[in-house]
Amino acid sequence: MSNHDLILSTPAPARPWRERLGSAMPLLVLGPSLVASFVYVFVFTGWTLYISLSNSSLLPTYGFVGLDNYASLWANRRWNIAYDNLFLFSGFYIVGSMAVGLLLAILIDQRVRGEAVWRTIFLYPLAVSFIVTGTVWSWLYNPTDGIQAMVRGLGWTNFSFALASDRHYAIYAVIITGVWQSSGFAMALFLAGLRSVDADLVKAAQIDGASTFRIYRKVLLPTIAPIFLAVAVIQIQFAIKTFDLVAALTKGGPGISTTFPAIYVYDLMFQRGQIGEGAAAAIMMLAALAVVLVPYSLWVVWRRRKEAGHG
Amino acid sequence: MADVPLDHMQDHHAATVAARRHFLTRFVIYGLLAIFAAIYLVPLLVVVLNSFRDQQEIARNGLISLPRSFRLEAWGQAWSTYCIGGTCEGMQRNFYNSLKMTIPATIISTVVGAMNGYILSKWRFKGSEALFTCMLLGVFIPGQISLMPWAFILGNLGLSNSTYGLIVIHVIQGISFTTLFCRNYYVSIPDDLIKAARIDGAGFWRIFRKIILPLSSPILIVTVIWQFTGIWNEYLFGVVFTSGQQQPITAALVALTASGTNVRAYDVMSAAVLIGALPPLLIYLFGGKYFVRGLTQGAIK
Repeated sequence: MSNHDLILSTPAPARPWRERLGSAMPLLVLGPSLVASFVYVFVFTGWTLYISLSNSSLLPTYGFVGLDNYASLWANRRWNIAYDNLFLFSGFYIVGSMAVGLLLAILIDQRVRGEAVWRTIFLYPLAVSFIVTGTVWSWLYNPTDGIQAMVRGLGWTNFSFALASDRHYAIYAVIITGVWQSSGFAMALFLAGLRSVDADLVKAAQIDGASTFRIYRKVLLPTIAPIFLAVAVIQIQFAIKTFDLVAALTKGGPGISTTFPAIYVYDLMFQRGQIGEGAAAAIMMLAALAVVLVPYSLWVVWRRRKEAGHG
Repeated sequence: MADVPLDHMQDHHAATVAARRHFLTRFVIYGLLAIFAAIYLVPLLVVVLNSFRDQQEIARNGLISLPRSFRLEAWGQAWSTYCIGGTCEGMQRNFYNSLKMTIPATIISTVVGAMNGYILSKWRFKGSEALFTCMLLGVFIPGQISLMPWAFILGNLGLSNSTYGLIVIHVIQGISFTTLFCRNYYVSIPDDLIKAARIDGAGFWRIFRKIILPLSSPILIVTVIWQFTGIWNEYLFGVVFTSGQQQPITAALVALTASGTNVRAYDVMSAAVLIGALPPLLIYLFGGKYFVRGLTQGAIK
């Protein structure tokens, strides 16, 4: 077909159907995706929003009850624990994975031997599912078979490591596992950032006699500041959507101590048949995401405009 | 010693201090790297070793200990005979389900994403940037928002509890990502190339085939790896919309590890976990290099 385009490109008096098709082609190809995305983003969200305002229980029904579902959601102790957990987890998870990721990136950046090997080791958890990670770590946390048993077997019979089975500390078991899984990702992005910094900047600082530590603090890290923000935003997204990791690691327990919003939505919708309240919880998750993402996107747009203005 | 001129001695002294310091920093760097490498590798090592150990031996010595037995039975059991919730077929069916779901969904969403990215970067029209932003929102929507609508739609299409239903979900959800990746990458291909081709009379498809596609391999590798690992590892939709023999491997793994009746069959579970982790791990090991490079080129901007 395209071989004939050459001939057709000479303007014909009555536009032949082929040429008209040609000019409409981009829209024709894009159309289905646009419709699908529109439905996915707006119709689905609106739909769930509507269900959250209805008295749906086992099946979606459309009797309007206003904000009743939200009221009963926030009156529920388990939901409040879930939301608290989300904040606690997000904070430690983001700071933890960024700190470890940055440390690893800086270490690898010191012209170490076998860089590819180190990178592969730190990054492989990214390829593995949260289900696999969660399952394996739940075994390691298991007091009778895992780390505690091993250390006791070495002779320290009083050693105690039962993070995941203690309701006060189980959330930290989730945090540690999450950091283990995702710090390699942060490392990869930081490393790429460090490598993209103009080498002359670093050389100039070296000539001025700045120490390596000072060069990182004063030159390299400030230059890659946007990457910090990007990594943080990506990690916050993961944190808010956390479901698999907890489902495999603690199942929300012991008791309800590691319930997360995503787990709670699933329980309400599919275990307890409270679709309306489940939808309200899902909307609250979206709200949490929006609180983070809307300012970030505005900032990105603002920065781009500024750069475009200068360049 | 006393014969050596004073400043020379100081020089010598300074050099040894510097060398010692250099050695010390190197030691600290490699030491830290080794510690972290151990933390990252031990869980994997534990699972691999336990998949070859004897169940009784694991029960006696715990999960983290040197293997005193070596057997392959756990792998066979995990693959084809272990019982999960009444059916005793191991993970093989779920493994095939995951393949049947992941491969088509990855291919379709990547092809569509490449086309969309091509259009949104090289065939811009009035309002195309706004449309791109709308599509982008799909990246951020949490799966929980779409659960109820999907349940309704899949039910009406007769696709509930089937791999095809999951393919539909993953394609539509994935288009946002693949479009974003490809569009950001194609933007960096000079527009002049396209203009010249258009003057030569090349049309929409021809430009894509002759100019865009040959330049696309870095971003297509990223997109395929991202989609494959993401879809293979996905759990929420798998557990919500399928059950039993239709489940993908992630959901089956959770069912398997939760179904511990009396003694936990760590050997079989370890093998099952590895079976579930192997395809994305292999893809990562072979393509990881390109993935990181491409991700920082295209995706994160």
